[in-house]
Amino acid sequence: MPELTPSQTIGPFFGFSLPYPTGPYIAPVGAPGTIRLHGTVIDGAGAPVPDALVETWQADADGRRIAVPGSLRRDVTPFEFTGFGRSASDDDGHWFVSTVKPGPTGPRTAPFVAIVVFARGLTTHLFTRCYFGDEEQANASDAVLGRIDADRRSSLVAEKDGERSYRFDIRLQGEGETVFFDYDRTL
Amino acid sequence: MHVDPASLPTLTQAGISKEIAEQHRQAQESAYPVHALRDFPPYRSSILRHPTHPLVRVDPETVELVAPAFGHTDVHGDEADLTIQGSGEPIGERILVTGRVTDGDGRPVAGQLLEVWQANAAGRYIHKREQHPAPLDPNFVGTGRVLTDSDGRYSLRTIKPGPYPWKNHRNAWRPAHIHFSIFGSAFTQRLVTQMYFPGDPLFALDPIYQSIVDPAARDRLIATYDHDVTEPEWELGFRWDIVLTGAKSTWMESEDTGHA
Repeated sequence: MPELTPSQTIGPFFGFSLPYPTGPYIAPVGAPGTIRLHGTVIDGAGAPVPDALVETWQADADGRRIAVPGSLRRDVTPFEFTGFGRSASDDDGHWFVSTVKPGPTGPRTAPFVAIVVFARGLTTHLFTRCYFGDEEQANASDAVLGRIDADRRSSLVAEKDGERSYRFDIRLQGEGETVFFDYDRTL
Repeated sequence: MHVDPASLPTLTQAGISKEIAEQHRQAQESAYPVHALRDFPPYRSSILRHPTHPLVRVDPETVELVAPAFGHTDVHGDEADLTIQGSGEPIGERILVTGRVTDGDGRPVAGQLLEVWQANAAGRYIHKREQHPAPLDPNFVGTGRVLTDSDGRYSLRTIKPGPYPWKNHRNAWRPAHIHFSIFGSAFTQRLVTQMYFPGDPLFALDPIYQSIVDPAARDRLIATYDHDVTEPEWELGFRWDIVLTGAKSTWMESEDTGHA
């Protein structure tokens, strides 16, 4: 069996390479059904993290998984929903994507956006999930949310903070620390 | 002296090296993890940025079992050659880096996106926060993209990056490296890492490289010089294979064929 390649930090200098102008725009701003999903990446001292990269990956509004290329070239191809977004945090640690609210992908699965976080100082990336606060019934029956300690569950739930806008802060450490997932025992 | 000594961190390399040795000694007492330790104090930036709660083990489901798709609309063929981004030849040693991306079961990761970024031959990044007083190269940006082929293979032509100083401690230098970002066939296989060059004298001193406490895993980040990859009168060749975690699902599932 081949041996896994280990992870290393994304470092501070990815900004000239990985982010691209249409990275956050998974769905066109202002189109029917488009929402803003956004938040702040925060460190253990409560300070914003200005050099994080947040990637989002999700089903479409009907809960279907998408295999459409074109995430890197949304500017030159006819707009198609690809499900993938990339947002570098700004000087205030803020990230955002313009997207649609995903539909549920199966029974006992509440709608969620899969998220991976990279940052200087983060030696290995972190996976989490963003659920939605206005899906109380679906959230209550979600198998993964149900396994999380009640006092930490809210860290996985984006709250509506405006018309078609949801806030999902990512706390790397300390009070309100976001729940991060291990999918395969190697992380 | 080009910098004011008073502005330098007082923490010495000897002090950091002692901390690294202590971390490695502690790690030996348990099973080695593959990836870098998230809490690795010799790398100062990790202190406030690692979670203190254990990660929650879950089985990936639905979207997590597949990955974003990328295609030739996303990546232009020229993006695999970092030496042709300016109007002239960049300064430095021209190199070809090639290898194969597979999952933990040895299956090729085909048609997926691989991104790289790096410093120039003098150890300088094109980045607004970069302050190392080494020259920029007007003919070198240091960013590239390529799609793996049907067998998981990739090739990138670039310039060998230089080592550069950073402010983790006094006289801290990063070994020369190329940053890699790789998508697998499942979102859970996502990997960002760094590729190093054989024989670098800075390996033992670098808290980022040493944040991987398993010596065998550290070695896997070092490319191999391959004379069969080297092109006569043109460039040196390096080989570096990448192994992601095992894929648990593919797009062959019937529920997805109507939409893929």
